[in-house]
Amino acid sequence: MSNEDFKPVLLARLGKPNSHKLENYKADGGYQALAKALAMKNTEVIDVVKTSGLRGRGGAGFPTGLKWTFLPKDVSGPIYLCINGDESEPGTFNNRVLIEQDPHQVLEGIVISSFATRTTTAYFYLRYEYGRCYRVLKDAIDEMYANNLLGKNILGSGYDLDVHLHRGACAYICGEETGLIESLEGKRAWPRIKPPFPAIEGAFRRPTVVNNVETMACIPHIINHGAEWFMSMGVPKDPNNPRDAGSYGPKLYCISGHVNKPGLVELPMGISARDLIDKHAGGVWKGRKAKAVVPGGISMGFMSEKELDTPLDFAGPGRVGCLGLGTAAVVVIDDHTSMVDVLYNACRFFAHESCGQCTPCREGTAWSTKILERIRDGRGKLSDIDLLLEISGSMGTIPGTTICGLADGAAWPIKNAIHKFRPEFEEYIKSGRRSESPALAGAH
Amino acid sequence: MAKVIVNDIEVDADPKDNCILAARKAGVEIPHYCWHESLSVVASCRMCLVEVGERKPDGTIVMGPKLVPGCQTPIREGTVIRTDTPKVKTTQAMTLELLLLNHPLDCSICDQAGECYLQDYTYKFGNAHSRLDEPKIQRMDKYHIGEQIALFTDRCVMCTRCVRFTREISGTAELQVVARGSHEEIDVFPEVPCDNKLAGNVVDLCPVGALCSKDFLYKKRVWWLKHSDSVCTGCSTGCSIQVDQNEDKVYRLRPRENPLAQGHFMCDEGRFGFKYIHDERRLKLPRISAAFSKAPSAKPPNGKPTGTADLDFSDPWSESMSMARSKIKEAIKNDAHGFVAVLSPFMTVEEAYLLAGYLKEIDKRIRLVLGPVPVDGVDDQYPKGPKGQPPAQDKVKFTIRAEKCPNRLGVEAILRHFEGQVRHLDDVILKADATAFYVVGGCSQGWVTESIDRGIGKPALLIVQDIFPSPLSDRADFVLPSASFAERDGTYVNYAGLAQAAHGAIRCPGDARADGRILMELSERKGLFNAMALRKEIGRTVPTLATLSVGELGDHGVKIATTAPEPIHS
Repeated sequence: MSNEDFKPVLLARLGKPNSHKLENYKADGGYQALAKALAMKNTEVIDVVKTSGLRGRGGAGFPTGLKWTFLPKDVSGPIYLCINGDESEPGTFNNRVLIEQDPHQVLEGIVISSFATRTTTAYFYLRYEYGRCYRVLKDAIDEMYANNLLGKNILGSGYDLDVHLHRGACAYICGEETGLIESLEGKRAWPRIKPPFPAIEGAFRRPTVVNNVETMACIPHIINHGAEWFMSMGVPKDPNNPRDAGSYGPKLYCISGHVNKPGLVELPMGISARDLIDKHAGGVWKGRKAKAVVPGGISMGFMSEKELDTPLDFAGPGRVGCLGLGTAAVVVIDDHTSMVDVLYNACRFFAHESCGQCTPCREGTAWSTKILERIRDGRGKLSDIDLLLEISGSMGTIPGTTICGLADGAAWPIKNAIHKFRPEFEEYIKSGRRSESPALAGAH
Repeated sequence: MAKVIVNDIEVDADPKDNCILAARKAGVEIPHYCWHESLSVVASCRMCLVEVGERKPDGTIVMGPKLVPGCQTPIREGTVIRTDTPKVKTTQAMTLELLLLNHPLDCSICDQAGECYLQDYTYKFGNAHSRLDEPKIQRMDKYHIGEQIALFTDRCVMCTRCVRFTREISGTAELQVVARGSHEEIDVFPEVPCDNKLAGNVVDLCPVGALCSKDFLYKKRVWWLKHSDSVCTGCSTGCSIQVDQNEDKVYRLRPRENPLAQGHFMCDEGRFGFKYIHDERRLKLPRISAAFSKAPSAKPPNGKPTGTADLDFSDPWSESMSMARSKIKEAIKNDAHGFVAVLSPFMTVEEAYLLAGYLKEIDKRIRLVLGPVPVDGVDDQYPKGPKGQPPAQDKVKFTIRAEKCPNRLGVEAILRHFEGQVRHLDDVILKADATAFYVVGGCSQGWVTESIDRGIGKPALLIVQDIFPSPLSDRADFVLPSASFAERDGTYVNYAGLAQAAHGAIRCPGDARADGRILMELSERKGLFNAMALRKEIGRTVPTLATLSVGELGDHGVKIATTAPEPIHS
């Protein structure tokens, strides 16, 4: 299927009047997947999702069906499903659109996933800033209870499910699955050490699955149209790489930054960044050229202009030194922008959002921000560049120095910016110039 | 046992050990801040990162790709730990540099200097210089954080040991982390200071100089302190402690790890309750009442010499001792059954043995009784629940016992051996048939209640061996000033029958003497008081205390054969 005749799946109902209402969702064929799934065995649902190759849309791209199978087989007592709606990666807004425009699509996915994982209580963890999402979701959940789509004996199948809507308190770290669980339990959102993984011991010390909102939105379509249909979209497995799980299905790309037409686009996995910008975002603004592109949220690092032909699937950005696809939030930076300023902005964000548990991330993010602030103030030293690299190299789960993966995300923009734009940093420091843009409110 | 290879050294480790413990067995130190044996594992300081691999059955070693925290990583047969690779060493140096980034480096005015893990680890594993070129974050000290503890916020390394202690051991949960990232700090809720009865432990747990004891603050540099292993005499838990002293002044008590006694901690009652040993009111001079004295006292009534001519270099004890000996024998001769020796539960086993043995040798008919056993309320158990309720019996992690004396079981064992039973002072008082008393005290608080005072009355002979003046000592025929727990050697048997050796840390004030020395002299035994030699003798002669015959009880003590514990006599 070429991208031109691709019909949106997840965003199919976008813009329709009152698209968030249950009756309209049902009129468009909603909740047929749920009825179909409830008629199946829960293991069959897992098998379909597993076969479809659906990978988590939250950032790490872990195969969803596989994650479900990690739950202990014969467990007495509750299993929990947590929906990660703490969408806080800079540049990412697909969950927001999905929830505001089509909440029932997400909720249908949640009920099906809960059924598949034998969950009877699901927690929807929503970031606090999404006030409208909260109101829309709350109404949608009420509608479902009123229509026997939640609660006891859903659609007469004998299956019970309660969904609790929980608002976070504005912390980036709550997007990390164990940080989310801690926060949900009412504690400080400090990610847990693993093992045990949430599938064994998660929320309230019970087996728990944590899935992203966009992942949930894909589930009803997979049940409706089957795994084959889902696999007809996207990039197949690399036969030469046994660890590649492929990148199937439609994906929501959030485009922002220096483009003419920022927005949310749904496309099959694997479109190149260049095509995305030129064909779907109206090109770089003001007739300029792109200098760097963030492939999937600032924590994934930067692609340089040369690397824009990289396909934006789960494996692509990694091949050009980025951390991964992340949330597929593409941020375009034009050639008039200083990478020092861009990196400073990124570092400041992570210094502000570091949860403060592990020493390397807590101190490293703040230190790198201070260094960049000094460079921007015209007092940089050439040795600062290597120091920044050393600091970024010493934090993250990839060297093993932190508990959660968000430290990798804090380190990656530094690594990429310096590796790919080192001459610019050197020139900036040598010139001793001071940044024109004002320093941002302090995080350090 | 599992074979573990640490830096090419092969050791047997417990399969329950983590990498830090296993490496310790091989003599390799893995630096760590947040990990503590009795607290939960958080693996957040990232100081203990090591390389871990596995030795396959064919002998090949496969190392893991990433660094792992030694505290969180369990070992098993064939685990290979490396702490000496460049990767580990650069990470350790970097972590230390990061920890010191906003540290004020105020070692010269820091109480922890000399026993600080930031100093020690930086010396062993760190870099000499910081590359930080920017101003450090400055934080406000929090002197208000507790009645006994102060927080020097800028020295904190955010290991959260203190937070976990108040949540997991005391259960009172006063401490918490506030703010985020490099701005985070330890704090308390407004108006809720960290004042639980175990709060002093957070000072010991703090690996750096952030949490300091207000009691010890700026009193002494730690390198001047000399340490003696001892036992807390505050209650019958008998916490293993270390007495830190300099020039005969005790500056602080700290718990000494003992899994057989109390674990890692001690309560504040014991920790700060030692002050009485330096009390001015302590008995310091032996005294003979005017009725018994051969000559009128050469000293002026206030005890101070008025001029050089009055300086008396003679031993005030020799007359007391010989006179007391003859009066004891006289009293026993007159009415052996009426002679009562009151053995205090603050005595050591050795002292009780010496006194009981001495008197019983003169006449079997004399009576030995147990002095009053102080009891205060009920056992106080931790961790407390959210509403302050005690924990379930299988969840108890620390107990402050109601029985506020260290050695009831030990003294009772001696009494049973010599007397065949444990009699109490109250029984004797009830019968009112005693004509002479040898009373041993040793309690920090006034233990002579009105009923004891009246019950003992004015017998024909009253000998008081105590540390503080009391109505009894005021009218005693002989006052023998004795020693507090910090001033003597001996053995205490705690509530569970664990016999632990305490070692004297300082000398007695004035002319007071250790009880053992007084009793050795009184009973005219040959040689000096030697707790170890006496323990061996007791072990041979008292069957219930046979395990003491090893003499050296070690750091953790030995269990004695306990009979079923009797209810506390109050």
